[in-house]
Parts: sequence; C-alpha cells; structure tokens
Amino acid sequence: MRPFSYQRASDPDMAVQALGAAATNTPLTKATAQPLAGGTTLIDLMKLDVMRPTAIVDINPLAHAWSAIEPGSDALRLGALAKMSDVAAHAEVQRSYPVIADSLKLAASAQLRNMATLGGNVMQRTRCNYFRDVSYENCNKRNPGSGCAAMDGVNRMHAVLGTSDQCIATYPGDFAQALIALDATVEITGKAGTRSMPFAQLHKAPGSTPDIETALQPGDLISAFSISGRWPRSVYLKARDRQSYEFALSSAAIALDVQDGTIRDARVALGGVATVPWRAREAEALLKGHRFDEALAQRVADAAFADARGRRHNSFKIALGKRVVARALQQAVTMEI
Amino acid sequence: MTAAAPEPKTNMGQSVPRYDAAAKVTGRATYASDMPLDNPAYAFLVTSAIAKGRIDRFDLDDAGRVRGVIDIVTHENAPKLKESKLFSNGGYAGTTIQPLRSAEIAHDGQIIAVVIAESYEAAREAANRIKVSYTAAAPSASFDSPGTTMAAAKGQNAQFKEDPAVGDFAKAFDAAEVKLTASYDTPTQHHNPMELFTTSCAWMGDNLVIYEGSQYVYGLKNGVAEQLGIDADKVRVVNPYVGGGFGSRGSMTPRTAIIAGIAKRLNRPIKLVPTRDQGFTIATYRAETRHEIKLGASRDGKLVALRHEGAEVSSRPDAYCVGGTKTTTRLYACPNVDSLVSIVRADRNTPGFMRSPPEVPYLFALESALDELAAKLNMDPIELRRINDATNEPIGGKPYTSRSLMACFDEAAKAFGWSQRSSQPKSTSDGNWLIGYGCAATCYPTQMGPSAARVRLQRDGRTRVEIAGHEIGTGAYTVIAQTAAERLGVPLEKVAVFMGDSDLPPAPVAGGSNSTASTCSAVMMVCDQIRQRLFKAVMPSDSLTDKAKETVGISPAPSTRAAKGDRSLDLEKAFDALGVGVVEEYGEWKPEGAPLDSFRAMHNGQVRLVGGHAMKDQIAYAFGAEFVEVRVNRFTHEIRCPRLVGAFAAGRIMNPRTARSQLMGGLIWGMSSALLEATEIDERNARYVNDNLADYLVPVNADVSGVEVIMLSEQDDRINPVGAKGLGELANVGTNAAICNAIYHATGQRIRKLPVRLENIEV
Repeated sequence: MRPFSYQRASDPDMAVQALGAAATNTPLTKATAQPLAGGTTLIDLMKLDVMRPTAIVDINPLAHAWSAIEPGSDALRLGALAKMSDVAAHAEVQRSYPVIADSLKLAASAQLRNMATLGGNVMQRTRCNYFRDVSYENCNKRNPGSGCAAMDGVNRMHAVLGTSDQCIATYPGDFAQALIALDATVEITGKAGTRSMPFAQLHKAPGSTPDIETALQPGDLISAFSISGRWPRSVYLKARDRQSYEFALSSAAIALDVQDGTIRDARVALGGVATVPWRAREAEALLKGHRFDEALAQRVADAAFADARGRRHNSFKIALGKRVVARALQQAVTMEI
Repeated sequence: MTAAAPEPKTNMGQSVPRYDAAAKVTGRATYASDMPLDNPAYAFLVTSAIAKGRIDRFDLDDAGRVRGVIDIVTHENAPKLKESKLFSNGGYAGTTIQPLRSAEIAHDGQIIAVVIAESYEAAREAANRIKVSYTAAAPSASFDSPGTTMAAAKGQNAQFKEDPAVGDFAKAFDAAEVKLTASYDTPTQHHNPMELFTTSCAWMGDNLVIYEGSQYVYGLKNGVAEQLGIDADKVRVVNPYVGGGFGSRGSMTPRTAIIAGIAKRLNRPIKLVPTRDQGFTIATYRAETRHEIKLGASRDGKLVALRHEGAEVSSRPDAYCVGGTKTTTRLYACPNVDSLVSIVRADRNTPGFMRSPPEVPYLFALESALDELAAKLNMDPIELRRINDATNEPIGGKPYTSRSLMACFDEAAKAFGWSQRSSQPKSTSDGNWLIGYGCAATCYPTQMGPSAARVRLQRDGRTRVEIAGHEIGTGAYTVIAQTAAERLGVPLEKVAVFMGDSDLPPAPVAGGSNSTASTCSAVMMVCDQIRQRLFKAVMPSDSLTDKAKETVGISPAPSTRAAKGDRSLDLEKAFDALGVGVVEEYGEWKPEGAPLDSFRAMHNGQVRLVGGHAMKDQIAYAFGAEFVEVRVNRFTHEIRCPRLVGAFAAGRIMNPRTARSQLMGGLIWGMSSALLEATEIDERNARYVNDNLADYLVPVNADVSGVEVIMLSEQDDRINPVGAKGLGELANVGTNAAICNAIYHATGQRIRKLPVRLENIEV
C-alpha cells in the first residue's frame, strides 16, 4: 500500500469535486482519487498494489441521502450506499424482486454484505489472478498493451462471453445480473449534476481497451438504481465450487411474466461467464409468446451461449452455463408467487 | 456430556475443557507476532516473479526514498549465513535453497530482498517500489514439463530406504482371476495455517530470542544457531501458542536466520510478517503425486497381488518424498507385493510435511482401487476389506500391536446406515440430487520420540510441568495437564503447564502425531519419580511392596482401574517427612527401540521417531473407517457432502473432547482435500496462481452440515507407557477415497484425480 490522503465527503458536490478535481484522461480505475464506500474491493486492491490512488474520498457520510430502499407501487429505487445485507433482507424486495434479494444473499460472506454497498458492488473489479498479482507484467487491464497472461494461463474462472483478444477477465458480481435483467436504470451524480443511463450501458466490454471498465468518468458517483415494474417471478441461480462465500462458475438471473401458461415477457442474464454483466437477448426472444417446456429451455440455453468461446480450462462453463439457464428457467416457471 | 465432550468409554480420559480455551476465546493467548518487542524495526519480503534464472539488477532508488526505510537487504549485502543440511540428511532445514546467497533464482516466490523500515507500512510501500531486472530461463513446472528428471527415491532420499516387496508379484498378478490397473493423481496443496509465517528476532548481547510459530522449537533453535555460527545455548525460541502448523512449521525455513542476521547487524529487534501469498513459496507444501495401482484377486475377493507405484515432485536440489508405499503395502493381507517410489525434480520450492504426508496421497490411490475392485467382484467394499484384513503385515510378517480396522468399519457402517445403500451405482436420488454412499479405510502409524520433562510439586498440590512441547491447536496443554494431575493425584486446576519455549526440557517435533504419546510418557515418568521420592519418605524401607509399587505408578502402562483399597498419597505427610517445600524432578524418556544417540539428538534438535512399520518385531498403526454421503446436482453437477461419519480406534484416548475435535477437523479437511483444495500452477512459468485464501478454496460452514465422530475403546499396552496412538493425522487420510467412492455410487463415474470439481462429472 502506498500513502494516500483521506477525506470525508460532507455532501455530494464536495465528493464530486474532490474526485473530479485531479481528473485527467486516464480511465476511472486509474484515477488518482477514488471513492471509498464499503471498501471491500478498493482496500484489497490497494494492499495488492493493483490500485494506487493518492486520494481517498470517503462517501459514507452521503449514506443518509443515498441509502434508501424505496419500493413504489410499480417500481423500486435503491440508494447506491444501501448495504447489500439490508437490501437482501428487505421484505418488499424479497416479495416483488426475488432475483435481487437472492443475487445479494448469494454473494460474498455475511461480513462483507454488511459492509459492502450496492454501488460499490456493481463496480467490483475482476478476480482474475493475473490482474490481481502485480508481479505479472502482462495484463492489458493493468498495463495496457502488455498482453494477457490469463489467455493461455490458468483460466478456469475466466469468461467465455464478451471476451476479446486483449482480455478474458470475468465480471465477478451477482447483483449486476439482476439489474441488467430487470432493465434497471442507474442514476449518476457528477460534475454536471445528476443524469441517468440504462444499467446495461454502465459496463464496457474489454474490446481493445480492457482498462476502461465502465462509462463513468472521474468525478462520477453512482447515487441510485431504479427498476420499473414488479418481477415476483424471478430467480437467481448460482453454481459454484463451495456452498457459500464463493464467486459463480456460472449463474443466471431470470425474470418471467407468465400469463395463462404463456410467457409474455422474459429476461435472461448470465453471471460468472462473461466479461461484463451479460444480457442474453436472443435467448429471451425465443421465450416470448411461448409455453414453457424442456425443449424450449434447451433452445434458450443454447442461444444464450451461441457466441461463447472457451479456452483451455474454462470450456466447461459453456455446458454448465446452459444447464444453469435451463434449470433457472424451470425454477422460475414453477415457482409459487 | 455433549456431542463436543463425549462420555468417556473404557480406556479413555475425561472430556475436560481445553486448558487454553478461555485464553484463546478472549484473545489473551499470545502468538509469536503478538510478543512485544522493544523498539522493533519491521521487515517486508520481496519475492521473485520468476521461477528460474538470475537477477541482473535491482533498482532501489525509488524504494530507498520512502520515508522510514532503514535498509534494503539483497544478495549483494545480506548477512553471511552457514548452510544447514536438509532435515533428512542430518540437518535442520526444510529446503537447501538458501535465498540471498547469490543472484540465482531457483523457484517462484523465492526471497530476493528484505526491506527494513520504521513501520510495516513503510517497509511494504518500499518493497512495492523496488524494481527488479531478471534474465529468466524456462522453468520446469511439474510432471509433464520438459526438463524434469525422474529417478527412484531409494538411493537419493536417506529416509526412504526400501521399496517394500514380498513374494512374486508379476507371476501372481498374471495368474489372478480378477485384475485391476488404475492410475490416480493428487494435486499440490498448501497448509495455509491461519497464523502467517511470521518471525521476530531480538538480540540481547550475544543471546538471540526468536518468536516464531514452530512445531519444533529445539530444531529451530539448533538450526538457526548452526546458520549463524553461534552456540545453540545462545538461541531461544518462544511460541506458547502456534496458530496452526499442519507440518508447515516442522522444519526450519530460510527466513529465520536471515531475519536474525539482519537484526544482529542493525542491533535492533526485527519483526517480519509475510503476506499470505508469500506463505505459498517461503515455506513448504504438499507436492502433487501420481500413482499406478495393480490389484490381483481371486473371485472370492482374496488379494493375491498388489503393486503400488508412486511418483512425487520435489525441487532440483532436495530429494524430498513421502513414500507412502511403506503403509499401502502393509495394510492388507496379500502374499505378493511390489512397489516403487520415484522423485521428479522440477524448478519448485522444496515440498515438505503436510498433515499425514505419506498416507493422504497413497491411501487415496489404494482405497479407491479397492472400491473399484469390490465393484468388479460385485462385492460390498466393507466385505472386501474384511476378507483381506490382516493380523500381521505381509512384508515382514510382523504382528500389529492392535488393529481395530473391521470393528471401526462395523461401528461406522451402523451409525451411517450403510445397510440402506443400494448396491447399484446411480440408483438413488432425492429431487435433483443424485445420492451416493462411499467408504474407505484410514490409518496412521503410531510414532514416539524421546522427550524430557521437568515437574515441580508443591506441598499444597500446586504442580508445574515444563516441557518444550507445542500447542498447535491439538490440545497438548490439556492432555499434559491431565496426565500430571492423574499421575500425581492432584486436582487438574492445580496443574500449570509451560510449553513452546526452547529453554524448557526438550520434546520432539509436533509432527507424525507423536506428541501425545511422547510428551505424556515423559511427564508420566517424571511424575512417577516424584511419587517415588515422596513414597520413600513415608515408607523409608527400601523394599516397596508390590502394592506400593502399583500405587507409586511404576507399572509400564497407566492404570485407570484404581486397585481396591488404593489410596492416594498424603502429600502433606510426605512433604513433612522429606522436610522440603517443593519436590522437583527432571527426567528423559525414550521409546523402546529408540536409537542409541536418542538423548543427544533430542537436545540437538534432531528427530528420532520410532514406531509405525519400523519397529523391530511388531507394527503399530491407528485405524479407522470413514463413510460419506455425497449429493451431485443433476443440472449443475455441483458436489456436496452432507454427511461424514468416521469411527476410529487409537489406543488410549487421553481426552475425548480434544480427540474428537482433531478427528472432526480431519474429516472436514479430508472432504476439503477431495473436493476443494488445489494449488494451481501456471506451467508456462512454474508459478502458483491461486495463492490466496479467496482462490485456494477451503470449506466454509455451509459446506459442513453433518460430521459424526465415533471413538472405539482400544487398549494397547505394547506401544508406549501412555498406551496412546497418535490420532491428529488419522482422520483426513481416508476421506479422499471415501468421497470418490461415493461419487461413483451416485453417478457411476470413477474419478481418479483430485480435487473433484463439477466439470469432472459427466452425469
């Protein structure tokens, strides 16, 4: 860890100013000023010398304004500084958005969920071992243009969707899959005030710039997430090596609107297998207007992974991911609501 | 009595609470890096980013400018240290790769610099700012890498003296009615004890105190003295508690003498706290192994031929191997046995002991193969073991001192509900989960080493026991206190035990599960010396009656059955007769068959364990049987293990509470080993990849739902005065095979490579 200054944000403007003051054209992840919320990722990466901010702006004082859990009659608004554990335990979230509650409940450990915030969670950085170990020079995410050690290295945990020839690092979170499935909107507070964008546009696939992970600029803070509609028929299924406190090998966030046995609307998002929160829109299209059966589930799962590309140790994720999607669909169709 | 504190059966001590329980749960137990130092400087290690090659240049400018940096030590300015030979060659070292000696790099994560600073933070920051230029060479990572060499263990490892064989294997296998040939692989594993590999060194003039978690304070003291070129009496190692050892702290690592040398030069105490990932390369590990098993049997299940060939990875300079064929060739009655152990040299750090070093990989292979054979024979796997149960081991024909293997199978089978198991694989399910039952034998050699102890008894019954044993979490304080209390007839709460200090009388390494048998035998003997002095005072006649002798306690084995009319010693009367306030005795105990140089070696910190298969005319092992239920998800292929049931017999159980905890931990580790644990190696560069506790998986609470430990009564008067067999390394041996056997039962698929992961399942 390297020395850094620490200041507490008294209000959003001050936080935005402090974070945006030294902004250059560097990507957000390399900005010299970084916001601190739960700290469960940032502190880790600073200890590992992966992130080297010189200024830390503690945004926890903004929690009084930014941590509300507000279910409306046909919508949900979640403050970005709400704790993962509080949202997972919220009765209305559990009733009307089980995919959100479950994605949060199945993430990390209880201790981490008590510290970590929703905004910080979606910004969590990859668990790629080569990214997290600075003794490897070749990481395009850390050192643009240096190559990718994971491509032909130990890559069991890596992505099969949304990869590029520059980076195959997996987006590690769970909650983001629920957000992208439910067409969430993310509210951003920045230098020009507050703006909104579809959550699906927040994360950037690695392409030729894996160091650019999101659409945020220095000085931007996520202040809230909004979801319209209610999604009581929704599930989050997560397959992993151990039963708790472990990242997904493959996960699926599914939300369905089924009327009289016919699927009116369907949302399919994938986790543990892609470089960014992943929406499988082609797969969704196959569901709409149809009645559910196992053959359909299989076609949907195949479509979701049609573009998947495995490498030496992670090819199993394609077959696994399909089975997880099929199983999650079945679970969503049969769940009692 | 509760599940955690089982009711003692015959030949078991009381389930008293842990001696150190309150200190541990309240945080008062002090571990090595908790020890206060006077104005310490802090060390942070820099380790190599390549596994083979040499350092061309350090750029230290940026690091040197960090405020608070005192010194940066590299091979160019490191204190000169003498070499220590490998422990198996009469030295103390776990590796002969001594860092900071030259620019050469022999393995990934080798120590290449030590930053000393006024604070830990400054040392770490400076370490991060050091730039190193290397000339890298292509390293050989493991078995299949180009550039490795392979040769028989016999002849290169001084402790591997024979490849056990008997009869004519080739002929018998050829003629066998039923044959099985199968290969098995086990992965690299790291101990990852909670306590990091810390070292604090403080000099007072020419005297050095080392605070370091160690499983062998006498070994470390003598080894560091040898490297520093000073008298061993000037070195003291202190660690009243050790935060987990599992073998990783059994032999000296290079870091200790380096830190001691720098502390001497700076004339200031130094505290080193390495990181978790550095622990993967600055200490030892369990190397990956490969096995081929050949079994020949008659149609009725009698083994006629058995061959076990094992290969293990070691470092370039050191021929470390575990050679578990010494156990697997002797476990079952079989007239024709052959074996071979080979060592493959790669560009790796030297591996070392890890809980049940030989038995874990080698019994995985044998106990898996037996299950495969049982399936071929269409026979219950328990019955196959019963048919081949042995009273004498087949290689030398020596009798087992006691062997309760089948009794363990029967008890565990009953508790588990084995009779409910359908004999057909893939025939039981519960919703989306395929259910499988599996079992395997477990065993571990009974070992003892020479040990000394000092005991002081006061008139009011207060007792002080001093012995340089080690509390690595096993309950050593507790069973030693119980032994003294029982032997002297004083209340347990009056006994104070002092351990983990090389200024105390020597005890053996806390390894090979010998500690309880060795230290308690020594403490018992010394307590008897006190009793004799006191008895002689009140019964001055030289000729003690037989009755008095029994009460004095000089019988070879402890008597838990108080003789009728036996009365305890009247302490006050005896002290009055002696005319003293304190009786103190020191004594040195050695097991039967211990080599002539035992006591000298004991003081010199060199291990002289006897027991297991190496006894003169008998063979001593603890046994057990392990049963597991696994569930394999039809969709995700996730594997879960909801039930682990083990029955064990290990001679006298000193304390069922602490013993159960050891056995339970063993079962859980066994499950972890089968399903989760593996250190991944990037074979391009021979580097460990998942070197942290988030990616090196161990079970969390949710993975462990049902563990049942059954301890059988077993009396064995032929092993040691205490009558105890070591059990710390007994339970994690059989679990690997039991789980794979259960996965076969659940899915019909044989898995011969650990750990088993969901992608290995093809339902």
